[in-house]
Amino acid sequence: MTSHDGISAIRQEFKGEPKDLVPVLQRVQEQDGYLRPDAIRSISRWLKISENEIFGVATFYAQFRFHPPGKHNIKVCMGTACHVVGARNFVEVLKADLNLSPGETTRDGKFSLERVACLGCCALAPVVVVNDEVHGRMNRVKFTELLETLKHTGEPPESEPDDGQQEHADRRPEASDVRRERSER
Amino acid sequence: MRTDGRKLATCAGSGQNGDGTVTESRPLLGVSETALTDKMTFLVCEGTGCVSSKSPEILTALQEAVEQLGLGNKVEVGFTGCHGFCQQGPIVVVEPEGIFYRHVNPKDAPKIVAAHLAGGEPVPYLYYPHPATKEAIPHYRDIVFYKEQQRVILRNCGRINPERISDCEARGGYDALRKAISQMTPEEVIAEVRRSGLRGRGGAGFPTGVKWDICRQVAGDEKYVICNADEGDPGAFMDRSILEADPHSVIEGLIILAYAIGASQGFVYCRAEYPLAVRRVRIALQQARGKGYLGRAILGSDFHLDIDVFEGAGAFVCGEETALIASIEGKRGMPRTRPPFPAVRGLWDKPTVINNVKTLASVPVIITRGADWFASIGTKNSKGTAVFALTGKIANSGLVEVAMGTPLSSIIYSVGGGIPNKKKLKAVQTGGPSGGCLPASMLELPVDFDSLAEAGSMMGSGGLVVMDEDTCMVDVARFFLSFTQSESCGKCAPCRVGIRHLVNLLEKICNGKGEEEDLEKLERLAIMVKKGSLCALGQTAPNPVLSALRYFRSEFVAHVVDKRCPAVVCRELVTFRILPERCTGCQRCVAVCPTKAIKGPRSQPHNLDRSKCIKCRSCYEVCRFDAIAGDAIVIES
Repeated sequence: MTSHDGISAIRQEFKGEPKDLVPVLQRVQEQDGYLRPDAIRSISRWLKISENEIFGVATFYAQFRFHPPGKHNIKVCMGTACHVVGARNFVEVLKADLNLSPGETTRDGKFSLERVACLGCCALAPVVVVNDEVHGRMNRVKFTELLETLKHTGEPPESEPDDGQQEHADRRPEASDVRRERSER
Repeated sequence: MRTDGRKLATCAGSGQNGDGTVTESRPLLGVSETALTDKMTFLVCEGTGCVSSKSPEILTALQEAVEQLGLGNKVEVGFTGCHGFCQQGPIVVVEPEGIFYRHVNPKDAPKIVAAHLAGGEPVPYLYYPHPATKEAIPHYRDIVFYKEQQRVILRNCGRINPERISDCEARGGYDALRKAISQMTPEEVIAEVRRSGLRGRGGAGFPTGVKWDICRQVAGDEKYVICNADEGDPGAFMDRSILEADPHSVIEGLIILAYAIGASQGFVYCRAEYPLAVRRVRIALQQARGKGYLGRAILGSDFHLDIDVFEGAGAFVCGEETALIASIEGKRGMPRTRPPFPAVRGLWDKPTVINNVKTLASVPVIITRGADWFASIGTKNSKGTAVFALTGKIANSGLVEVAMGTPLSSIIYSVGGGIPNKKKLKAVQTGGPSGGCLPASMLELPVDFDSLAEAGSMMGSGGLVVMDEDTCMVDVARFFLSFTQSESCGKCAPCRVGIRHLVNLLEKICNGKGEEEDLEKLERLAIMVKKGSLCALGQTAPNPVLSALRYFRSEFVAHVVDKRCPAVVCRELVTFRILPERCTGCQRCVAVCPTKAIKGPRSQPHNLDRSKCIKCRSCYEVCRFDAIAGDAIVIES
């Protein structure tokens, strides 16, 4: 915490007008990982907006969280391209394995899950992001393995090299193309 | 000053007659012909797609390899924004030869450097293979994906370092601003844009010049300009790519807009989900200020402007202009009734013009090359080019820019390389959650604002998702409707309640519980939502279901009457089966089954217990793609 209410440093960056609300909330979340109730109280007094109104605005936008994120924050892309290749599977695995639903954090604070509308990496679909690291061309099996690694290591592993890249090392371009096309189905 | 005609050569494709017929498709010029310098340059793509496949590591590896040869000062290693061919990422281009390497691994860096600098062997396994003939194609300019495009809006994407303003200037960046300020009055700028026939690329297709003119006419000395980069459509990523690859062209367009209507403050409203785009726009704004393109007395005139970035906080509806304004004002992003339109009363009740990224990126070209040139591309009512994010079941997914009026078939089969895995095309979805699915029989439809709207879809912001026979149209309709349902702001009842009911009906049909009268109910309710909703979100949300009912009714009937899902997608309607004669007994499926529904000893055909099966497809995937498995699992409906 930077000072008694934790937002003093942020106060310096803004004029403190009501229109600063959304950027202020973004900065607070960037600093604390989520919106703490006492931070909302401080913002309310500073910007002269009621706490109710701040909650009204904050809950409207998908970006804001009201619980601390897990150590591994998993974002599952639910865009069109990801949907048609089975993004829903990842949400199901997390529900079955960790009883984790979108917007929640596990009790041990290790995992949290967010559904995002589209990350704009549609060519890599389906996409899962763990702590800002993009894992493209996932499937249920690869995802389960990723989850196991996360459970045991505590740190997200290096994302697996793409099929295509592995095969370049093997210098078998023709076979690689056939397999890549199959794996992209 | 570079005033020769060469600098915009890449967008010169003269292409089309006014009536939309293609007379000549001038290919995109190769990198070698438009390289900024003759110095050898290794350019690594640093768009979001390639960065997520570790392209920054490739950049470092290339730098190290060049250093090792002691050529650090003779050879440049740099990066560009998105090349648009994300599926082939990470991409490295070597100039001035214009060699295109794809799926590059950091380990390949020394080989690439050696091939060009140390007389090493070429690295053909990194060349792009022709989708049909598998022949390795070394040059950028020979790749069909690029050859068939006409890049006006994407003119600089993948060609310049987006974090270096001089690169953009070397390709004619800010020349249009200079011309507008020194040689044109604001009225002349507006007249030129009007004459060009440019229509808003955000989806609705409102004539841009008219919007500017309305705002110019409104009295008041405080006006605002906003660039709408809240690209929320799932499956669309062109605005992100443009901001990441060529932020200066968008900023230049925004400055010209501000000059035309007399605004002194501008905003770029960008999704927070696009951190790289936000960063690059901030850098670009800083550089533009440093060069005197922004700030007080721009280029020595009496025109002042500053631009800030506003990060959207994740609400699809904020792409709607009145909701976007509410969001900047610090409120819940809810739309309001129009009129008054923002051009008359917008941000803080002041006249405001909001334009999409692609609209603004088109403006500088119109000013430099003239309205007539721009109007010569495209069809009678839709001028210029359209950018699509081509994704789904397509060989070459990525960003595609073609003249308006190009038939869907040439986008999919020439540029896109067709449908992979010998599958048949079933539908093309345009316009994201506001658009519709068009059947394969309509592939000759020219893409422009009016033809798409007539066919029950829309241009939208430009998502183009290709679907093959493995895609269930009822499921797709349900997907889009659940998306709009969760993104509805909740202000008006038709949208809030109506879409929820549409989703419920579609769920019921997908689960095999649908009744025949549900189809009529769907149609009736969809039309009600379309007519009764306040903003474009609700008015267009039923399009996916209406178009699916119009073109794929038999699939709905199969779900409702026969309780079958012809594409074997809807889980409640499919069953899994192991073909004993093909099963090799490899136990891969036993290992991955999350519910232990598959049992069987090694080397003997396995058994699947349907009562435990949750139809997650894990077994299907391993069986199909694992080398030792026999592709023995079938899904039936």
